[in-house]
Amino acid sequence: MALLSVRDLRVEFATSGGVVTAVDGASFEVGAGETVALLGESGSGKSVTAQAVMGIVPKPAGRVCGGSITYDDRDLLAPGVAKGLRGREIAMVFQDPLSSLNPVFRVGAQIGEMFRRHRGASRREARAAALDLMKRVGIPAASKRLDDYPHQFSGGMRQRVMIAMALALSPRLLIADEPTTALDVTVQAQIMDLLARLQAEEGMSLVLITHDLGVVAGVADRVILMYAGRVVETGPLREVYEHSGHPYTSGLMASIPELEGPRERLVPIQGSPPDLLALPSGCSFRPRCRYADEQCAEVEPVLRQLPDRPSTHQAACHHPEGVLTDVH
Amino acid sequence: MGAYVVRRLFFSLFVLWGAVTIIFVVLRLVPGDPAYIMLGPDADQAQVAALRAQLGLDQSLIQQYATYLANVVHLDFGESFRLNADSMSLVLQRVPATIQLATTALLLSLLIGLPLGVIAALRAHSWVDRAISVFSLMGQSTPSFWLGIVLILVFARGLKVLPSAGSGSWAHLVLPTITLALPFLAILVRLTRSGLLEVVHEGYVQTARAKGLSEAIVVLVHAMRNALIPIVTVVGLQFGALLGGTVIVETVFAWPGVGRLLIDSIGRRDYGVVQASILLVATIFVLINLLVDLLYGFLDPRVRLAGD
Repeated sequence: MALLSVRDLRVEFATSGGVVTAVDGASFEVGAGETVALLGESGSGKSVTAQAVMGIVPKPAGRVCGGSITYDDRDLLAPGVAKGLRGREIAMVFQDPLSSLNPVFRVGAQIGEMFRRHRGASRREARAAALDLMKRVGIPAASKRLDDYPHQFSGGMRQRVMIAMALALSPRLLIADEPTTALDVTVQAQIMDLLARLQAEEGMSLVLITHDLGVVAGVADRVILMYAGRVVETGPLREVYEHSGHPYTSGLMASIPELEGPRERLVPIQGSPPDLLALPSGCSFRPRCRYADEQCAEVEPVLRQLPDRPSTHQAACHHPEGVLTDVH
Repeated sequence: MGAYVVRRLFFSLFVLWGAVTIIFVVLRLVPGDPAYIMLGPDADQAQVAALRAQLGLDQSLIQQYATYLANVVHLDFGESFRLNADSMSLVLQRVPATIQLATTALLLSLLIGLPLGVIAALRAHSWVDRAISVFSLMGQSTPSFWLGIVLILVFARGLKVLPSAGSGSWAHLVLPTITLALPFLAILVRLTRSGLLEVVHEGYVQTARAKGLSEAIVVLVHAMRNALIPIVTVVGLQFGALLGGTVIVETVFAWPGVGRLLIDSIGRRDYGVVQASILLVATIFVLINLLVDLLYGFLDPRVRLAGD
């Protein structure tokens, strides 16, 4: 049974231009101990989906207006439920570790706060626990750095502090929202390794939100691709990489630069990201798709199994055959 | 840190020099001669001239200024023309009353202004927020002399529940405190509201929520501690305005503080006392500014470390 189950989730935001449906009927599951990558470009709704799971959609602009989110048989959208689980069962790491850490508190205190407020630990106990966590996430000279402020840390170390904070109460689900995007390339790999190691040690489920296919390549079991607030393709990582069933996915694959093999021009995805205030009828990807026809303009495609592929691999496209034969 | 304070205090001397110089010049540019005022309208020219010579007012402005500065450097702030006593001693006698009034007004402002600002920010754009905004706008735009008189009319003359003037008991403190506090309180409400609204969408506030902390901790600890940084700066600067406000409030309520002494002394052209009052108020203002800067470093660790 899935640990986290999201069904037909809809999240709307009131903007000056009108109401934007940031998440428009997204459905997916995350199993216990599984690492899932939630992929998509800016505005695809992946971060908002995570906020909805955490129950921290920015109010009053944002509002979950449909669907369900179930965690371990509990309804996360019911009043007070998400709040009771945040930090304890479900934790989150954010993109920019500098702005995500409170600039006026020492990092030891910010980590220790988890034990003080949730477990009623004393100041000393919390400090000791924070020190252990800082060592675990690989912060050198941790005992000296407990009393430093976030601005005294490098980007990678700040993200380690964020991860330490998230892991404090041994959550069963960790959501990492673009955890490496704000970091240097060399540090990115270290943070991904750390997350993968901790995930294995703790046996927790990990949802990795990213726009970068390269980041998740070695880590995720399964990928979920989002486009304009909808899930457009989902399946095991290798399966989706090698047999993309949605033109958006295959476009993303084609736009990854390769280090090995003959040098070729990168193939960008045509057109620009969708305007959420004026989505086209039918398939949202239609204006950028070379397979698009009248059916795509009239009927919104739903997720379904691809021909001759395993049942775990699904895409929301009217013409997956064309996409599949074109790939690789 | 110590070097910083010493440097700041050294530069403060220039501020104080500027303040006494301006007041020295302005006092002597204002029409009205102390000798005439002291002797009354019946005095003849010879008497006035004699008194002017006795007070040193027959010397040139430059000469008077040089003498004055030299005396001030030796901590001699001059005699009061009218009370025949050391000016600074006269002023210092009045300081406790003013400090008492300013402190209670400050406390009242903080006690009411901060919570109102927090409520307005948390309920931003609701009717509660609008009501608080209207209240603070009115508070900021109500002149103290008018409010003081209205409060006297209502609570002292009408309801007869509070004394209208004088000092000596806590009851005497109520109306002047409210009058002095209101504009300050109103600024504090607006500052707190906007300061908090600025930080509630910061990443660390989202993090605090994601950590599963209660909304009270999220707002009052994680958001408020950051919002306080600009608030403290403005509160410090506004405290000077509060001291200035005591001049009016003390006059309306016959409160025996420095403000009222200053007004009386200006009316009598009692140069020594006016100059001593201004010098003292300016000193307090400079010290509070220094305190605010030190407090700023305490509130914002990024500033503290940059200075070291």
